[in-house]
Amino acid sequence: MFGNKNDTRLLLVVAIMVLLAPFILQPFGISTGMNQFNAGYPDLMQRFVIFGIFAIGFNILFGLTGYLSFGHAAFLGVGSYSAVWMFKLLSMSVIPAILLAVLISGVFALLIGYISLRRSGIYFSILTLAFAQMSYNLAYSVFTPITNGETGLQLSLKDPRILDAAGASGSLPSTYLISPNWLNGLEMRDTFRLQLGDWLFQFNTGYYLSAILMLLAFYVSVRIFRSPFGLMLRAVKTNQTRLNYTGVNTRPYTLAAFVISGMYAGLAGGLLASMDPLAGAERMQWTASGEVVIMAILGGAGTLIGPILGAGSIKYFENIFSKINENILHDWFAFLPDGLANGVVWIVSKFTGDGWHLTLGLLFMMVVIFLPGGLVEGGTRIWNFVTRKNRPSRSTDKTYAPKHKPAE
Amino acid sequence: MAILEVRNVSKRFGGLQALDDVNLSVEENTIHAIIGPNGAGKSTLLNCFVGKLLPDEGSVLFDGRSLLGAKPHEINQMGVSRVFQTPEIFGDLTVFENVIIPCFAKRDGAFSLNAWKGVRHEVDMREKAEQMLIDVSMQDKKDMTASSLSRGDKRRLEMAMCLSQDPQLLLLDEPTAGMSRSDTNNTIDLLKEIQAKRAITMAVIEHDMHVVFSLAEKISVLAQGTVIVEDLPENIKGNLKVQEAYLGTTAA
Amino acid sequence: MDVILLQLLNGLDKGSAYALIALGLTLIFGTLGVVNFAHGALFMIGAFSAVTVQKILSISFITLDPEKTNFLGKPLEIKTPYIVSWFGEGAGNAIIDWSVPLAILFAIPVMLIVGFVMERGLIKHFYKRPHADQILVTFGLAIVMQEIIRVFYGANPVPTPAPDFFRGSFDFGVWIGFSENAIIYPYWRLVYFIFSAIIISAVFSFLRFTTFGMVVRAGMSDRETVGLLGINIDKKFTIMFGIAAAVAGLAGVMYAPINSPNFHMGMDFLVLSFVVVVVGGMGSLPGAVLAGFLLGVLESFASMNEIKSIFPGIDQIIIYLVAIIILLVRPRGLMGKVGVAEE
Repeated sequence: MFGNKNDTRLLLVVAIMVLLAPFILQPFGISTGMNQFNAGYPDLMQRFVIFGIFAIGFNILFGLTGYLSFGHAAFLGVGSYSAVWMFKLLSMSVIPAILLAVLISGVFALLIGYISLRRSGIYFSILTLAFAQMSYNLAYSVFTPITNGETGLQLSLKDPRILDAAGASGSLPSTYLISPNWLNGLEMRDTFRLQLGDWLFQFNTGYYLSAILMLLAFYVSVRIFRSPFGLMLRAVKTNQTRLNYTGVNTRPYTLAAFVISGMYAGLAGGLLASMDPLAGAERMQWTASGEVVIMAILGGAGTLIGPILGAGSIKYFENIFSKINENILHDWFAFLPDGLANGVVWIVSKFTGDGWHLTLGLLFMMVVIFLPGGLVEGGTRIWNFVTRKNRPSRSTDKTYAPKHKPAE
Repeated sequence: MAILEVRNVSKRFGGLQALDDVNLSVEENTIHAIIGPNGAGKSTLLNCFVGKLLPDEGSVLFDGRSLLGAKPHEINQMGVSRVFQTPEIFGDLTVFENVIIPCFAKRDGAFSLNAWKGVRHEVDMREKAEQMLIDVSMQDKKDMTASSLSRGDKRRLEMAMCLSQDPQLLLLDEPTAGMSRSDTNNTIDLLKEIQAKRAITMAVIEHDMHVVFSLAEKISVLAQGTVIVEDLPENIKGNLKVQEAYLGTTAA
Repeated sequence: MDVILLQLLNGLDKGSAYALIALGLTLIFGTLGVVNFAHGALFMIGAFSAVTVQKILSISFITLDPEKTNFLGKPLEIKTPYIVSWFGEGAGNAIIDWSVPLAILFAIPVMLIVGFVMERGLIKHFYKRPHADQILVTFGLAIVMQEIIRVFYGANPVPTPAPDFFRGSFDFGVWIGFSENAIIYPYWRLVYFIFSAIIISAVFSFLRFTTFGMVVRAGMSDRETVGLLGINIDKKFTIMFGIAAAVAGLAGVMYAPINSPNFHMGMDFLVLSFVVVVVGGMGSLPGAVLAGFLLGVLESFASMNEIKSIFPGIDQIIIYLVAIIILLVRPRGLMGKVGVAEE
């Protein structure tokens, strides 16, 4: 498919993993105590792939060019708002909604990128941060007619919805693929449940739509990585001076990368709104921008598979850690003497439940300090250790992983 | 015919007259050396050729077109390549990628959204890059990361990058600075070979007299911001003005 | 005229906070070349050391009053702070009342230690790494710091009152010849402004008149040369980092009564302070201070109803807007040196 066996194999592996996710993520029986580690719920699986798209797009900018944007959540938010407006005005079909989300966020990225890319390094980071905060503040205040301010943009029974308002009953409609009649509507929330003994597998329409789009997004990103365009972007990261003296105008290259990654973010935002038709300004906050940075770094910035791994692991651990409360911890540590158990539970509880962000922050620091290449680099190192190979591995991603630069 | 014409160029930094009415012309298909003691304005002059500095007065014409006010990438697209004093290469990329990038830049121009067809399918460009690496005998290092090369190899790589664009004019800023004697000689041979094979015009800024006299067909001597002599190498050697500029006293 | 003056004064307290944080950021960037995304968290920790001191001083023991009963019919519990029982009614209560200013004494060593540990333990290893890595690791640190504070103090703002003496407002307008009630200004904001002015002058005099300061300033303009002179610049920079942390911390301590501290206040201030640094000129100390006050005041003017009715929402975005314009038109900032902005 790419004329490169490794890339084709990688794409196939990702495709199989993603399509079989309802099985893979549900390894434990539902009546066992391990059920809490299952992740095969429609809602969670949707987040895996949607944030995967977000991180893949961010990686095209940051991983290739090294331009660290701290404002990408703005495009995610814009995508969500556009999609919800499509649901309010046109129809509940997700296709026009997603298209509009990608288009509008692309235009938005073009505007912000055009200005921000006049500077590089920290100045670029701060400019993007400023733009994102500005969008966030505006969404909360002046743009309330468009964004519905603090409440967030939601569907309402009074929405015009010119194409399919006729069938409206007393309740809010839900999103479907193409038409309410095609294939029984094929609503995003439709879930087919398959129970085999103690195992419950759920196949959700919304998940599969998002998964297919993620595979598509991944495919496009592999093409970009392997193309002359991608090569130029990597050259931007290493030595802009040389590139300029080689006859290349770097600004349009970085701008194109910025717009592409903004459109990926818009796609992710549009999908989020398609799964659950509401959009709020908090999606644009700079902590949300920080989250996608963390995903890319954790997985391995500049690698193909890294962002997907990063997005998946962060969303998974967020889900698991947030669920662990003190009662569960008391069960776990019941084998310890009482006083000790209480002490251990007290400490561990600070890292779970609401304390998930503390764990995330620590994890992030550890990765930046010890494993700048992220999980992909970690995996490669372990693989090399296990197979006792010291020569560079043949892994597809290896050549694109940033080299580990030991601190001083 | 002169390919590079520098006419009455002056540049002032605050109170310092870095270039004072410089006139220079580089003939096509020759190696032209620009020499001079430290602070003579050699680097300033070079920066005026490549769009990094804008002279206060005068004109710089390349092949009849003005270079003044053009951006570095535009000047390169006109056919001027530059080798830096400390090699500027793409350190994180492989040697092969380093060489194929200029090939793409030459073919696709300053920008092209060539994002679908893989680099591995660009057969023409690959062949060109491979051939270039063979020409500078670096084909065995093509998969190495450029930053891990030795200093001499880095410079050789930079030269290969510039040459792969078939420039009409190659500007070299002290191409042998910091090199061992044997590396220096290799570089001299390489440059001569290239010049013979490809008919390229080169303007070399150089400190090392050995290099200058083994390479140059014509020499301009720059002192205190102005060209004091422009002549053939054999005439430069005995020139009193040059000795004065270098030694600070009259040789007599 | 009085309206303008009032807005000017209103902008001063936020402006002071911006200026102090930006000053520290600039010191760190100028000396160490490090972009510190955890600087806002240092401000927040300062504010919480005020909270801590107030809590410690108010630790009480409980006695029962046998003669009175509460509404459940049980003996009434009386809380008496230890401080009061040790120092007597008058002095004890005064100490508790003045806990915010007292927290300064507590915050200085705490912030210096936090600064030293941060620099020696983490930042030191990132001098030679790219700016992006520095941003990332300090961003991670900022998250960790704010979450630790949340573990101990919860997610809600903790009210931390100023001493009674400074509570309430005064009629500033009357002092300078305006009509009564034209310019009402809270005492504590005036205190905060004066305090900031003192800290800023202290930092500047320190840099200007001591040998230490001279070396640091030399290091800011040319680190390598200073290193070549055989001066151990690293040690001096560690101390500088501690001082920058202390400045941010003190700004936080005194800010606690103005806005009740919460765990994410650091992040809120950080984004704005970065903008301030950029507007002032990366690496320029006077620029940071000037821009801090300028943007604080500008924000205050933008929030006037008269202005908001013409440009709705301008108060929300004015600072960012100014920063964007400055970065594009004059990338080195108001007072930045030539060439600093070129990456």
